[in-house]
Amino acid sequence: MAEATDPPRETFRLSQLLYDARYRSMTIQVVAAILIMLLLVELVDNTVTNLAALGKDIRFGFLWSTAGYDINQQLIPFTSQDTHARAALVGILNTLVVAALGCILATIIGVLAGVLRLSSNWIVAKIMTFYVEAMRNTPLLIWILIVFAVMTEATPQPREFREGGSASMILWDSVAISNRGVYIPRPIWAEGSGFVVAVFVLSVIGIFVLRHIARKRQQDTGQILPVFRLSLALFFVPTLLAYFLMGRPVTLETPELGGFNFAGGLQIRNSFIALWLALSLYTSAFIAEIVRSGILAISKGQTEAAFALGIQPNRTMQLIILPQALRVIIPPLISQYLNLTKNSSLAIAVGYMDVRSTLGGITINQTGRELEGMLLLGIFYLITSLIISAVMNLYNSSVKLKER
Amino acid sequence: MSAGRTEPVAFVRRDMLAPAAPPPGQVGVIRWVRENLVSSWFNAILTALSLYAIWYVLSGVLPWTLNGVWNATSLNDCRAIRDARGLESAACWAVINERWLQILFGFYPTDDRLLATLFNAEALAAAGGADAVFNGGLNATQRVEFVSGMKNELSNGLIFLFGYWRPLMALALLVVAVAPILYSGLPRVMLWFSLAFPFVAFFLLWGGSVWLPILVALGLVATVLIGRAVGARFGMLGGTIAGLAAFLVIFMNPLSFLGVTGLFPLLPKVLSVMDSILPWGLTAIPSDQFGGFMLAIIIGTSGIVLSLPLGIVLALGRQSSMPLIKWVCVSFIEVIRGVPLIVWLFTASLLLNYFLPPGTTFDLLLRVIIMVTLFASAYLAEVVRGGLAALPNGQYEAANSLGLDYWKSMRLIILPQALKISIPGIVNTFIGLFKDTTLVVFIGLRDPLGLTNAIRATAEWNGIYWELYIFVGLLFFVFCFFMSRYSMYLEHRLRTDHR
Repeated sequence: MAEATDPPRETFRLSQLLYDARYRSMTIQVVAAILIMLLLVELVDNTVTNLAALGKDIRFGFLWSTAGYDINQQLIPFTSQDTHARAALVGILNTLVVAALGCILATIIGVLAGVLRLSSNWIVAKIMTFYVEAMRNTPLLIWILIVFAVMTEATPQPREFREGGSASMILWDSVAISNRGVYIPRPIWAEGSGFVVAVFVLSVIGIFVLRHIARKRQQDTGQILPVFRLSLALFFVPTLLAYFLMGRPVTLETPELGGFNFAGGLQIRNSFIALWLALSLYTSAFIAEIVRSGILAISKGQTEAAFALGIQPNRTMQLIILPQALRVIIPPLISQYLNLTKNSSLAIAVGYMDVRSTLGGITINQTGRELEGMLLLGIFYLITSLIISAVMNLYNSSVKLKER
Repeated sequence: MSAGRTEPVAFVRRDMLAPAAPPPGQVGVIRWVRENLVSSWFNAILTALSLYAIWYVLSGVLPWTLNGVWNATSLNDCRAIRDARGLESAACWAVINERWLQILFGFYPTDDRLLATLFNAEALAAAGGADAVFNGGLNATQRVEFVSGMKNELSNGLIFLFGYWRPLMALALLVVAVAPILYSGLPRVMLWFSLAFPFVAFFLLWGGSVWLPILVALGLVATVLIGRAVGARFGMLGGTIAGLAAFLVIFMNPLSFLGVTGLFPLLPKVLSVMDSILPWGLTAIPSDQFGGFMLAIIIGTSGIVLSLPLGIVLALGRQSSMPLIKWVCVSFIEVIRGVPLIVWLFTASLLLNYFLPPGTTFDLLLRVIIMVTLFASAYLAEVVRGGLAALPNGQYEAANSLGLDYWKSMRLIILPQALKISIPGIVNTFIGLFKDTTLVVFIGLRDPLGLTNAIRATAEWNGIYWELYIFVGLLFFVFCFFMSRYSMYLEHRLRTDHR
């Protein structure tokens, strides 16, 4: 009978650092840490030496000096006497506005195209396939340039809108598409319009409350409220009532042709339209594919099971298919939004004044602070994308299948 | 019942009747139309709307395209021809006909000497022979005159085939090199050529001494061989150190910190010796003359080839159990992905010189290739990570229980499956990379879109847009479409699950 013995006492040998899996990871990390440190030291050292040789230093004070250039699209007031920091802010807002509008339009077109591509109608499915493949396999830059060329070359000049000219305004003489931009009516907010807006906001909140109540009521009693019709009524009726009660405080100022150009109204520059449309069309092709694969990912058995339970088709879509499909669709959709936001930096192709053109372009050229400017620009994009990823992670964890 | 049955059966069918034809509405075209176009009133409306939309687009585009003017020397010329034919709108394809070489190759120089020898022998002889014309007999102005006179006589097709034989041959060899990787039916020996291809392509495109690529290749082979030989005798650590030492001695100067400079690296010394013995080579062409679609292919191909291994390593690093490695990889991936490529390209062109040792100059094209590679590898890392995460844990555990070490288990068990899952994502990243090569126009490289601007800036073609954009767009489309179809084929071929 064998005697039970203690396991042999371990003695640590130096070779274990290399050949023993327990210690090896430590060795590797120490070596990696040393190498990374060396690399960083080398980079910083090089940068300091190079900057010193050029007589430069790293300071961010330039942000508070006068910018001295104009920005042709401003959401907040800006003159050339304002600071570089404010110019950067104007650029950031321009980036965000084109990204936000782009995301909205891309989602609308993309969902439509994705659903139509699955249509049982052969022609419609083929047209959508053609659209998606054409968009996805050609560089975005070409689309931006093409849309810009359409906006500037194929649209009439403002003087064509005169009496007897070849062009005319559309939508009851309120919108003019010219090669200097698109002119749309501008709302004039008179006294009392605040009340109308407040009513509108409240009724939108009311719609959400209504949906909540309806869901609760259905779960408690099984009765189904006509949510859609009630929401529609809630959306229009109170606001319109308030509008007429206050004596129609919000009016529209339509663009008028005066002299060589349009006066009044709101001018949307061609650069903005080109960037917005091209970004939306391009991204929508990717979104269409995401939507299509999301719908295809839900097995047909789900629909059949719902029908077998006697659930109506539209409620099947709403209660069974969409919640499952959205789990597949939303994460890549959000990363497409992220791509769109980053792609908006292609504004450089059409001269749209986004943050890269102001902070990362003219400001750098005027102050010679390329290191600081690029750093700030990178940080802006990084923060934006980290925020979007954080939203995505939140969503992912909220819809994750709860198992075991 | 049957037993007492005596009377004969009246009728027994001996042969089957032919099946009746289906009703006419259920066969052929009619059925197809019914099912696919007009299955419901809503579908019928959709069909009508689609047909109208197709007709509307084609009625505008087709006449414009088909009636296009192919032979003209300027846009005004085009318009004159169009008006003379009494057409309302016609494309001016003449700009493509005239300038397609420029869109493909930018300002990459043609091999004028070969062109003159082949097609202009008499004029060449009259001017005193090839050596006299191209090696000093004529001054620069006269030579330019001679060459442009010759080129005016030659067709674009001939110039394409013989004047640009170097990039063309590089492209043809690229196809040969890529074929065994893309299609496993070809003999495996061809993979050796795939390995050698980068050096061949470098020599063909950039020219210079033939010995430089050969010696670099030999140096790398020597590094690997020395490392392996020592490794077989003294273990992995010894092999790595020996290989590293060999690499340093051949390509760098390991003694520079001691101030000893004359001894190493070995490469330039051997190079100068070989050059003096056998001075073979092609005319050297600096990177700033590269352009056109060729540039997109060069950047795209190098980016694709280099970013895949880097992306895989980053993905593995992100999954690593070592916190430091994981942390470094995560921050690298997130920082690269969080910032648009344009900003990285501007960084490469504006800032890279700050980070390099003082006095280093760095080819802009090389900087762009490095940036594009880093950018694509961060995206690839995320795609591969998805594939790694999709594998069930049992695969990792099975590999461990077989006693495979980390690299073996990755190479033999995990990566083949993970990469197979991520093929669509990988190819999509490659397509994105290839499309993104157009962005280099903003830092002053002459990509196809930049060349369309250059063409538009000339007096003859001022104001021409659509034809150029369509041509460039089609070029990109063909390549990207091929890639996406190939990924579908690969997915299909590698599918091993039960269908």
